[in-house]
Amino acid sequence: MKARNGRGPGFNRRFNPRGWVIRHMQVALASLGRLWRVPLATFMTAAVIGIAIALPGAMNTLVNNVRTLSGAWDSSASLSLFLKPDVSEADGTALARLLGTWPEIGTIRVIGRAEALAEFRRLSGFGDALDMLGENPLPVVLLLQPSPSASGPDAAATLAERLGKLPEVDIAQLDLQWVRRLHAITRTAERGIWVLAGLLSMAVLLIVGNTIRLEINNRRPEIEITKLVGATNAFIRRPFLYDGLWYGLMGGLIAWVLIGISVLSLQGPVAELAGLYDSQFELSGLSWRASLTVLLGSGLLGLIGAWLAVGRHLAAIEPA
Amino acid sequence: MIHFDNVSKRYPGGHEGLSGTSFRIESGEMAFLTGHSGAGKSTLLKLIGLLERASRGQVWVNERNLNKLSNRDIPYHRREVGMIFQDHRLLHDRTVFDNIALPLVVAGIGHQEIRRKVRAALDKVGLLNKEKVYPMMLSGGEQQRVGIARAVVTRPPVILADEPTGNLDPELSREIMDLFMQFNQVGVTLLIATHDISLIETLGRRTLVLRQGKLVGDTPA
Ligand SMILES: Nc1ncnc2c1ncn2[C@@H]1O[C@H](COP(=O)(O)OP(=O)(O)OP(=O)(O)O)[C@@H](O)[C@H]1O
Ligand SMILES: [Mg+2]
Repeated sequence: MKARNGRGPGFNRRFNPRGWVIRHMQVALASLGRLWRVPLATFMTAAVIGIAIALPGAMNTLVNNVRTLSGAWDSSASLSLFLKPDVSEADGTALARLLGTWPEIGTIRVIGRAEALAEFRRLSGFGDALDMLGENPLPVVLLLQPSPSASGPDAAATLAERLGKLPEVDIAQLDLQWVRRLHAITRTAERGIWVLAGLLSMAVLLIVGNTIRLEINNRRPEIEITKLVGATNAFIRRPFLYDGLWYGLMGGLIAWVLIGISVLSLQGPVAELAGLYDSQFELSGLSWRASLTVLLGSGLLGLIGAWLAVGRHLAAIEPA
Repeated sequence: MIHFDNVSKRYPGGHEGLSGTSFRIESGEMAFLTGHSGAGKSTLLKLIGLLERASRGQVWVNERNLNKLSNRDIPYHRREVGMIFQDHRLLHDRTVFDNIALPLVVAGIGHQEIRRKVRAALDKVGLLNKEKVYPMMLSGGEQQRVGIARAVVTRPPVILADEPTGNLDPELSREIMDLFMQFNQVGVTLLIATHDISLIETLGRRTLVLRQGKLVGDTPA
């Protein structure tokens, strides 16, 4: 048995995959058991992680809902032409017929003064006040839908500008404008959520890292003795990494519940709001994919946080 | 089995715990290490278990040059060197069984084999009926025997003991030494550091004497 490169015989490091899997499962369960024995401390750590993740998660869910909603409105970009007060319904109908020949315009509907008043009365609830005015103050309105070729935001805007210059037209209002604004707002909100998610992810890393650091300190004698009898660094590291993973997963679960609760609590008011707009819109919660992302993402954050703490603090512990 | 070639250990701060020590302990030998407090006994044992690394010179254990082992090799080296301490270094929140099983668990040994080997080690040190007990509930001598069982459970070729009888009365010390002699009879190499000159004399084994970090005596058996 003489020395390869003067180093002596190599060590037996045979790798047994089955044993490896069993050992990981044992360590994972032991870690879970250890956390379970201090339920309050575990729950507090997991809850802080859960709240940190639920915040951007819930906001993201809301923004996604708004995006779905505005997407539905997008394709039905419409133009409202409010005619000047002195234009009669007959003139309005004539104008509608003329405009109907324009290639950019798809369908046109004339809303007479009486009809507009009735609708306004129904939606606003200001019926009595209107009655007191005596005279109907509403103008004739042409509601038109651009033809598919002109329904893009820019084309529709050009059309609105042209229509606004017609002598009979008081205001040409492109309903797309506020949809666009909504788009801009959701984009800003999305960006904000990413920034928030980034900051809160860092908070999660710090929380898990600090928890694991304390645990490492508590178990210092155990770590030293285990190294003394021949434990590799991987062996020492493993339970702490599983601690981090479990904290993350539990935090993810709590976040998932919190997001669910916030969506549920908004469901009522949103349905009411949608009703006012004659819309069937329903707030949707987390999809399967989103739920899985919250859970696994949180688990991953816990694991990374533990990894960082372990890397920093475990190397310094050596038996003496 | 253990070979020191002009080995020195300088601790941070400049103090020399060991200076220019050379000796050789053959496979199957049982030797004592003695000397005044601060002479360097623990330092010498720590170099063998790679708890410390030599500042100068070469240390060979089990055909391997320890200077050439990387930090990643250290755990595998320690599995071949059983270490016993005066303060036992047991885990107080684990049962006697779990304490003794630790080196086997660390080495990835299977469940069944662990049971068998731990039982065998407990039997050897005479603590078979204490496997479910926690170390705090044992006497000093019993705790030391748990430490010994843990050191031998993997059947390492080398066992190091740093003042294993330091806190024990003469009778218990004698029992512990008898245990070591039994291991030696089955071929284990032992190096035992102790202050207890009278005990060493009754046993008639090779004795290395350290003074101020230097090897000043080597009385053969
Ligand atoms: N970690 C350390 N840092 C600095 N000096 C140390 C360290 N460990 C030991 N020493 C010094 O090295 C010298 C040898 O110490 P060592 O512990 O080997 O002595 P010893 O023979 O085991 O003594 P004792 O019988 O008291 O256990 C002593 O002077 C001690 O102060
Ligand atoms: Mg000492």
